[in-house]
Amino acid sequence: MKKTLKHCESYQEHSKQFQELGEYLDSLQIDQRNPRRKDTLIMTLHRAQMIFGYLPEEVQLFIADRYGISHADVSGVISFYNFFTVTPKGKIQVNVCLGTACYVNGADQILAEFERILEIKAGQVSADGKFSIESLRCVGACGLAPVVTINSKVYGKVKVSQVREIIERFLTEDLEVEEVSHA
Amino acid sequence: MLEITSPIQLLDAYEETKSLLDLRSGKRGGPQERMILVCGGTGCQASESKQIVHEFKRLIKENGMDERISASISGCFGFCEKGPIIKIYPENVFYVSVKVADVPEIFDSHILNGEKVRRLLYEDPKLKQKIESADDISFYKLQQRVALRNCGLINPEKIEEYLATGGYQSLAKVVGGMSPKEVIEEMKKSGLRGRGGAGFSTGRKWEYASKSTSEEKFIICNADEGDPGAFMDRSIMEGDSHSVLEGMAIAGYAIGATQGYVYIRAEYPLAVSRLQIAIDQARAAGLLGKNILGSGFNFDISIRLGAGAFVCGEETALIHSLQGLRGEPGTKPPFPAESGLWGKPTSVNNVETLANVPVVYQKGADWFSSIGTETSKGTKVFALAGKINNVGLVEVPMGTTLREIIYDIGGGIKGGAKFKAAQTGGPSGGCIPEQYLDTPIDYESLSAIGSMMGSGGMIIMSDQDCMVNLARFYLEFIVEESCGRCAPCRIGNKRMFEILTNITEGRGTAMDLHELRSLAETIMDTSLCGLGQTAPNPVLSTMKYFMAEYEAHVFEKHCPAGTCQKLMHYEIIAEKCIGCTSCARGCPVGCISGSVKQVHLIDQARCIKCGACLSRCKFAAVSRN
Repeated sequence: MKKTLKHCESYQEHSKQFQELGEYLDSLQIDQRNPRRKDTLIMTLHRAQMIFGYLPEEVQLFIADRYGISHADVSGVISFYNFFTVTPKGKIQVNVCLGTACYVNGADQILAEFERILEIKAGQVSADGKFSIESLRCVGACGLAPVVTINSKVYGKVKVSQVREIIERFLTEDLEVEEVSHA
Repeated sequence: MLEITSPIQLLDAYEETKSLLDLRSGKRGGPQERMILVCGGTGCQASESKQIVHEFKRLIKENGMDERISASISGCFGFCEKGPIIKIYPENVFYVSVKVADVPEIFDSHILNGEKVRRLLYEDPKLKQKIESADDISFYKLQQRVALRNCGLINPEKIEEYLATGGYQSLAKVVGGMSPKEVIEEMKKSGLRGRGGAGFSTGRKWEYASKSTSEEKFIICNADEGDPGAFMDRSIMEGDSHSVLEGMAIAGYAIGATQGYVYIRAEYPLAVSRLQIAIDQARAAGLLGKNILGSGFNFDISIRLGAGAFVCGEETALIHSLQGLRGEPGTKPPFPAESGLWGKPTSVNNVETLANVPVVYQKGADWFSSIGTETSKGTKVFALAGKINNVGLVEVPMGTTLREIIYDIGGGIKGGAKFKAAQTGGPSGGCIPEQYLDTPIDYESLSAIGSMMGSGGMIIMSDQDCMVNLARFYLEFIVEESCGRCAPCRIGNKRMFEILTNITEGRGTAMDLHELRSLAETIMDTSLCGLGQTAPNPVLSTMKYFMAEYEAHVFEKHCPAGTCQKLMHYEIIAEKCIGCTSCARGCPVGCISGSVKQVHLIDQARCIKCGACLSRCKFAAVSRN
């Protein structure tokens, strides 16, 4: 049975987000007869992930529909690129850089410490949806190796012994700042 | 709003703006005039450089000194190790590791009273002396900045400052008075070769693309800098985006393209935003778009984001990704210069290459080719990182030796440790051991010793780094990034990774060493694209130069560098153990015996080498070797 968008519960639940994505797609003026129209697909997926936090099936169908391409075309692109995710990430996203410069400066031990304290592995989300950990490939801030980013905040020259403090500080100070600035 | 529609207007704009840089070049400046530049690169911004500028601006305003003193961000100064860095002109004073809290002191002491803040000056580690001027710092002395000429000198978000350096005048010269053929000839004469790694002649690449009669052609700027530990292109785009745009427009004129794309990694948000600002400014000024400088030449540029796939740095994969497809590589030939984006002739050039292009026409091919070695002309930017004192970006003439880069510019190995190897070329490159430190660097010499130029990442390793583990690290990267299209890369690299994991965990056999080599050779010969063809390089080069380390892992189950956890051997030193039981309580497998106030003992047969006892012991009674 072919799924249509209006049957999806989440479509109604998230109508505001879909509207925002729709407006972005409008601005691209996609001509469904143009064989080159997919050149903006990756840009659109970035935008959609920014709006929804991840790329669930409903969003993929919505995008496929607007481009006039198959769902397989969209999901094939999503599955190829590391940046895109089809499952939600944690509210607090810990990213540990595992580029070479960070690695030779002990980034693997930093990652292990985050995994130990938060009790999840890289690529997982905690049961309450609060934390997720990912490993990154070089953010290009090698002067600060090893580097950890938590949401948009960057921590440089991190030591294993500081990991707990970094998490606690983020929870008590930075998260409030973020919530205020996003309000 | 600045509008430039002819070469004469461009010269007028230059005359009008060039005084912007006077203070910085020391041409002008009363005792009260100052220009404060704060590094706004990714590394320094992570250390709050934005707030530093903000604080300076607040103080300037509070003191009513807007007319004489200005503060602004600039591109990367390259000396990332000491960030955030600020420079004060006209004295060219260089302050390092500046914090927001230091700003009032700098302002009071230096700006208001002319007294330098000595504690924030750079201290030469050898001479143990504070150095006042940036020109005297050994990190900069041996460098020659061509591609990075404007990085750290201009505010990258202002087109006026790029114009003040003579920006876009090469484009004017090219579109105003040279035929595409002449442009290509000049480029061939300069000897500029692709800075992305392979080192193909830029002039010849343009020539192939120009020969096609297709009505539609494209220029693509490859800004998918994926090698871990490389950040040259990021810094150029963050610090001097306009030079890349100007290079693209010249390339477009040479091959007959009217549209350019910058394909950039999504991991570089700051570079993306600076590029977009530059494109908007250039468009508004008429330096991109229709009828550029009244020459009838049309050229426009758009940005396309990558999405975290290393293989997209390979040009055919990049083109697929740009078309909104999975970024899998295709077969070559046909080369993109013949059939690229949407089957049209396309020239794919790297960021650093394009940043060099305007210089070739500004100073001439003869000037450019006077720098460097017989086969490799110009300079090369390297991102120095790893166990080195001065982490940062360095630009040196081709032919500089590794020893000069590591010891004179890089300040030697961190913590006084011993140099072991320099890794160049990222996951496609190799390790260069100590005996080749005096090799003059160029494309040919590096491949002759089993490594490659690559895009410019240079990771320095000390005797505390295990080369087998490093090879394993790169293979893990390749296994994750292999697109899976061809079997040798998809399956072969996975098997190599498994063998290396076995060796680092003490399960290696003599047969494994033999198989590693034969797998490596097969993968190199049979993979579809550059990623697979070069993936075994880190393994082969470490086996070539550090075979003794492999053998120690396999036959003695010992890691000489002491990094492979599973090969560690933990023991309790009887004389130091006071019997506090902390280690026994912390051991996850309960293999430590002993009761209170008695010497404890580790059961080696059951030990999983996790190191928990070592980190728990407060009396340094656990040894690891």
